[in-house]
Amino acid sequence: MTGRRSVVTGVGVIAPGGGSREEFWARIVGGKPAIRRISVFDPAPFRSQVAAECDFDPTCHGFTPREVRRLDRFVLMAMACADEAFADSGLTPEAIDHDRMGVSLGSAVGATIRLEDEYVVASDHGRHWEVEARHALPFLYGALVPASGASELAVRLGARGPAAVVSTGCTSGIDSIGHAHTLIQDGEADIMIAGASDAPISPITVACFDAIRATTPSNDDPERASRPFDADRKGFVLGEGAAVLIVEELEHALARDARVYCEITGSAARANGFHMTGLRPDGFELGEAISEALDQARLDPADIGYVSAHGSGTKQNDRHETAAYKRALGAAARQVPISSIKSVIGHSLGAIGSIEMAACALVIERGVLPPTANLTTPDPHCDLDYIPVVAREATVTHALSAGSGFGGFQSAMIFSRLRG
Amino acid sequence: MRQRAVISGIGVVAPTGVGAADHWFAGLAGRSGIRELPDRTAAGLPVRVAGQVPGFDETEFVANRLLVQTDRWTWMALAATDLALADAGLDTRKEFPFHLSVVTAAASGGNAFGQREIQALYNEGPRSVSAYQSIGWFYAASSGQISIKHQLKGACGVLVADAAGGVDALAQARRLIARGTGVVVTGGTEAPLSPYAMACQAGQQTLSRDPDPATAYRPFAPDAAGHVPGEGGAMLVVEEWRRAHLRGATVYAEVSGSAATHDATDATRPPAQSHQYARAMREAIARSGCTPDDVDAVFADGAGDVFADDLEARALREVFGDRRVPVTVPKTMTGRLCSGGAPLDLAWAALAISHGVLPPTVNVDAGEAARRHGLDLVTEARDGSLGTVLVAARGAGGFNAAVVLKAHAYDE
Repeated sequence: MTGRRSVVTGVGVIAPGGGSREEFWARIVGGKPAIRRISVFDPAPFRSQVAAECDFDPTCHGFTPREVRRLDRFVLMAMACADEAFADSGLTPEAIDHDRMGVSLGSAVGATIRLEDEYVVASDHGRHWEVEARHALPFLYGALVPASGASELAVRLGARGPAAVVSTGCTSGIDSIGHAHTLIQDGEADIMIAGASDAPISPITVACFDAIRATTPSNDDPERASRPFDADRKGFVLGEGAAVLIVEELEHALARDARVYCEITGSAARANGFHMTGLRPDGFELGEAISEALDQARLDPADIGYVSAHGSGTKQNDRHETAAYKRALGAAARQVPISSIKSVIGHSLGAIGSIEMAACALVIERGVLPPTANLTTPDPHCDLDYIPVVAREATVTHALSAGSGFGGFQSAMIFSRLRG
Repeated sequence: MRQRAVISGIGVVAPTGVGAADHWFAGLAGRSGIRELPDRTAAGLPVRVAGQVPGFDETEFVANRLLVQTDRWTWMALAATDLALADAGLDTRKEFPFHLSVVTAAASGGNAFGQREIQALYNEGPRSVSAYQSIGWFYAASSGQISIKHQLKGACGVLVADAAGGVDALAQARRLIARGTGVVVTGGTEAPLSPYAMACQAGQQTLSRDPDPATAYRPFAPDAAGHVPGEGGAMLVVEEWRRAHLRGATVYAEVSGSAATHDATDATRPPAQSHQYARAMREAIARSGCTPDDVDAVFADGAGDVFADDLEARALREVFGDRRVPVTVPKTMTGRLCSGGAPLDLAWAALAISHGVLPPTVNVDAGEAARRHGLDLVTEARDGSLGTVLVAARGAGGFNAAVVLKAHAYDE
C-alpha cells in the first residue's frame, strides 16, 4: 500500500488473576490457572460451573459512581486497560494531534451482563414479555448497542479520529487490532487505541454454552478444567478480561523516541463458509489466514519463533487448529513452540484475541514463552510442541497468533521485533 | 495501481418496500412506511409509531431449518443479500471463495431472540435455553450466516458505530477491494422493535413522543419532535470495477472517499459544536479528489431533534459555505433504522445517481427549513444529473461518518 507501518507502543491488560500488564505476565508465565467456581451468581443449576473471573473492582480504578451505574463491565474494563496502555506508551495528551487518534475496540457480546440484569428487573424475573420502559435504566441504549464501548474510549482519551467496535465473535480481538493496522496503513489515523473487552460471565452466557456443550463440565477441580491440547480436555472455560494496545504509525513513534514493543507485520482473516459453530478437521481456512499473514510479513514458516494458539480446549478446535498449523507451516509446524494461555485465563470470547496479542508483544520484548497449563497427557491428534506446563526462555523475532470463532471466522496476526 | 470499488447490486428490506425497485418507487412517491405500533408493543412505551416492514415474509428467503436458528435482523440481512446478489447477477458459488467477503454494520443484534431465551432461562431454568442462543443473538450472526450461505470466505467483518456504522462498513469494503478482494457484500439490517429493545431505546431523550405518523419525525422542522425508530436496512454488492465491467454488470455508482470522526466530548449528550461532523464530510470529499463545489447533493443524517438538526445545518454550512447544496432526508419515510439506516441511505444514493433523481424528504416544509437553517431541502422528487453525492451519518455517542458516491464512467 502506502508503505506506512504500524507498531505497538503501549500495552494494558486486565485478565483473570492479573489486574495489570505485569500481573498478567507473571500469571501466564507462572502457568497457574486463574479459574474457580463461579462466584458472581450461583452456578449450581448449570452444567458448567467454573469460569476465569477477574477481580476487577471499577471503584479501585477511579471510575465515578455515575460511570459505574451507566456503563457495563466490558466498557469499564476497556477504559481501565486503555488508561494503562496510554500511560505505558509515553504519549501525553498535550503532544497529540487528537484528530489523528482513533479507537478500534473488539467485543463479541458487548454489554451482556447489563442487558440481562436490567431485563430481569424490567420483566420482573421473566414474568412479563411486554416489559415496561419505566422499570428500565435510562442509559440502556448504550447497552443495547455496544458502540458505547468505542465512544467511551474516544471520550476518555480525546480520540477524534475514526472509532468503532469490531464484533466478529471470538476473533474480534485480533480483528480489532487488524482494523487499527489497516486504518494506519491507509493514512486515516496515526495512533489507534486498539484492543478488545468482554465480560460475559452471566447466567444467559453460561446457559447458552451449556446448551451446545461447548464449555467444560469438569467442575470438581477448577484449576485443571482448562486443558487445551490435552487428551482429557472436555470443553473451554468461560473467561472475562480486556487488553488495549497503542498502535502507532512507525515514523510517528520514532519521531518521539517511543519504546516500540513490536511491529504488526501480518494481519489476515478468512471464513470457513461451513458452519456457525462446527469446524472441519482439515483446518483449511485457518491455514489460509496464516499463510496470508506470512505472505504480508514476507516470512517463511521457519521464521516464526512462537505461536499463541487459539487453543480453546474443545475437542474439535484443538484438532482443527493442529491441522491448520501443519497445513500452513509445513515442516516448521513441528519445530515452533506453541502454547495456549487460555489454559490459565480461560476464553474471554472477543477479548481473548487482544489479550493474546498483548502476550505476543511481551514475549518478543522479554524472551519467555508462557506454557500451556494442564497439558499432561497430550492428545495424539495434537502432536505439536504445545509447551506443556513449564515456561521456556527463547528469543523470538516473529510471533504468530491464531483465532477461530463462531460464524466460521478464522484470523491470524504476526507481530515482529522491529527491524532496524 | 489502486483498485476502484463500484456498487453493482442493491438489496433492500425496508419500511418503503422489499426489493430495490419497490423501495425506489415508493420513495419517489413519498410513501412513508412509518405507522402505528401494535397496541401491545406500544403499551408502556413513550413512542407510538415506528418504521415497519409488514410485507416482509421471511419464509420466502430463509429455510425453515435456519429460521429457528436466527433472529428477525438476520432474516432481513439474508433476504437483502439474496436480493442484492440477484440484482448484481452474481452467482457466488461460481467464484473463488477467498475473493469474496461480507462486512456488515450491526447495532442491536438479535435482540428478540435474546429476550426470548433470557425469558426462558428465568422462567424455566437453564435447560430451556435454545442451542441457538449462542449464534442467534450475537452481533456477528448475520455476517456469519451470509458468509456460509453464499460461500464468502475472504476477510469478513462486523462494525458497530450505531447509525454511522453502515458508512464505516462500506469504507471497509472499499479497503478490502483495494487489497485485492473481488466482491464485498456490505450493509446492515436492524430489527429493534421487540419489547425489550424498545424499552432500551425509551431512555433516549431524542425519541419522538408524537403519536401521528405524519408528524412524528420531521428533521429540520422548527418544531421537530425527535426521531422515530424503524426496522430494516439494505445490503449492497461492492465490486472491483474491472471485474464488474468484464462480466457486463450494471454499475450504479462508484464508492469514492470516506472519513470517520468522533466528537469525543460527552457520550451522554450531543456535542456543543459541529466541527468533527464537518471534518468527516470535508475529509471524505477531499479523499475523493473533489471540492465541496463538486457535490451535487447530500443525504443528511436528519436526527429530527431541534438541537442535533441545528448542529447538522451548521456542519453543512462549515463545509459548503453559502452555497445551498440540495439536501435530502428520505429516511423521513422509514424512521431511523439504527445500523440499517446508513446502508439504506447508500442504496438510495446509488439509485439516485443511476436514475438522475433525488428522493424527497417528506413531512417537512421546505420553506421552514430554508428560513431556519438556510437549507435547500428536497421535499419533492427532483430530477437532475448527479455526478457526486455525499452520504453523511451520525451515531449516538459521538460517531460521525461520510462517504462520497460518484457516477461511474467506463472510460476512465
